[in-house]
Amino acid sequence: MQRHQFIEWADQYLRGDLTGVDAQAFEDYCKANPEYAEIFSTHQDFINTLKEAEARNSFKAALAEEATKVEAPTHKGDFGAKVISFWSRLQINTGVAAAVALISVFTTLWLTGYFTDVKKATSDYSALRREMNSVKRNVTAQNKVIQNINNSDKSNKETTPTHFGATGFLLTKDGYVVTNYHVVNGADSIHLQNNKGRAFRAEIIHSDAEKDLAILRIVDSSFRNTKAIPYTFKKQLTDVGEDIYTIGFPRDEAVYGQGYLSSNTGYAGDTIAYQISIPVNPGNSGGPVLDAQGNVVGIISGKQKGIDGAAFAIKTKELVETLNRIPQESLKGNIVLNNKNSLNKLSRTEQIKKLQDFIYIVKVY
Amino acid sequence: MSKIKNISSIEVSDTEIIAGIAVGDNRIINKIYKSFFPSIAHMIVSNNGSNDEAKDVFQEAVMVLYDKITQQQFELNSKLSTFLYAVSRRLWLKQLSRKGHTLNTTDISDFEDILHVEEDIQEHQEIENQFEQMNEAMYQLGEPCQTLLKDFYIKNLSMQEITEKFGYTNSDNAKTQKYKCLQRLKKIFFTNKIKE
Repeated sequence: MQRHQFIEWADQYLRGDLTGVDAQAFEDYCKANPEYAEIFSTHQDFINTLKEAEARNSFKAALAEEATKVEAPTHKGDFGAKVISFWSRLQINTGVAAAVALISVFTTLWLTGYFTDVKKATSDYSALRREMNSVKRNVTAQNKVIQNINNSDKSNKETTPTHFGATGFLLTKDGYVVTNYHVVNGADSIHLQNNKGRAFRAEIIHSDAEKDLAILRIVDSSFRNTKAIPYTFKKQLTDVGEDIYTIGFPRDEAVYGQGYLSSNTGYAGDTIAYQISIPVNPGNSGGPVLDAQGNVVGIISGKQKGIDGAAFAIKTKELVETLNRIPQESLKGNIVLNNKNSLNKLSRTEQIKKLQDFIYIVKVY
Repeated sequence: MSKIKNISSIEVSDTEIIAGIAVGDNRIINKIYKSFFPSIAHMIVSNNGSNDEAKDVFQEAVMVLYDKITQQQFELNSKLSTFLYAVSRRLWLKQLSRKGHTLNTTDISDFEDILHVEEDIQEHQEIENQFEQMNEAMYQLGEPCQTLLKDFYIKNLSMQEITEKFGYTNSDNAKTQKYKCLQRLKKIFFTNKIKE
């Protein structure tokens, strides 16, 4: 058999054209002729390599062709999706962490008594002076800010002086007036306005922060001595349940308020004050508290926030003590309190009419 | 419908892809691209590469996989995506160092290799060379021998069909031609091999 004939035969065998007996004959022939068997095996290897090379080439070509179809990858979408999934995975963790943080913060604050401290620090005692020009002040402050946008450093230190209003009443007919210390505290100037609308300049003669009392004297040249003071000052303790009333200036008009003395001690057991049950408001500070006979039994000073009808008035006894403590040199003559009551026979309305001339609006700038 | 197809075509399993490559199913190529190309392209583009370079590297990486599957007993001991990524990374680093870009690639060269793909790449290059010789031999063989051999051995045309296609007088003549062509191809192939 010639070599090329054998190769042809081998090709037929490899393609599977030979079946059954024919294939067996080829295999037998190879076994019988080892030199042809070797030719066959090299031929088979070579053909396989050829086939593999072609398969590989076609795969490679297909790969290259596919590459032309692939557009530049869009990473943005991928990235966004990743971020979102990342967030949604961590959402619960974040929530739990935040909750734990909040709980531990508030627990710690509660354990260390922060909240009770806060309660103590922010007193619910409220002094009854009245801010008179808060709206005006806000507007002027705003205007100032607008004006100062450009020259900011110049007038930043200037702050609008606070303007308070309260009540005061005459101790003597020559112009000694009593009001609360918290009203005149830090005042630049003090003006007293009577019910006829006339205002007199006053100065502080003596102030007693502890008792929250301030003694003023009218120093205005236009001030003339008033008529005799109609009320007297009751130094003894007044009984609980006594019918009392006051006149004050929670607004620019005198306002009458009536009630009863409800306790012999003031805010948090303060012994210098009474607890009274009279509706009072900011501006009532410094107003006289009178009993039915027209005796001054106290001076309104404040009220307790959040408790109905709990106002406080400083006892007259404390006023007298304060007056006695004033050094002689700061006085122009002695303060002699009136001891002739001209109100006790009058009806309440008549009393009020008479009283009004001696109760002043205290305006503090 | 087409959307559903797309989605299902993306979520093709690693074993399916390997089986597809092993039997030479070229349709699997599209799925390979969709599943693995974006992350590799991102890696290369963000490391001084262009999109075309990314495609080249990716194709070579797939060929490494192809050789591994077709020439050896392939055992999948990592995810295909990991394998392709590691190979692409290795290939790209080589290319960069050839270009002298080493300084700018600290961010990908700093990492330890996830897989030891160096051997696979070496293997791939040997196979590549081997088949390149065959391609070269086929090229040198020229026409009509090249087509004749392909028709017979690859496309499995019968001698009768070949006789008609090439206009030989009879099939014996065609057989003789085929034998001569094959002998020439063998000669070219083996002489080239000896030269190297």
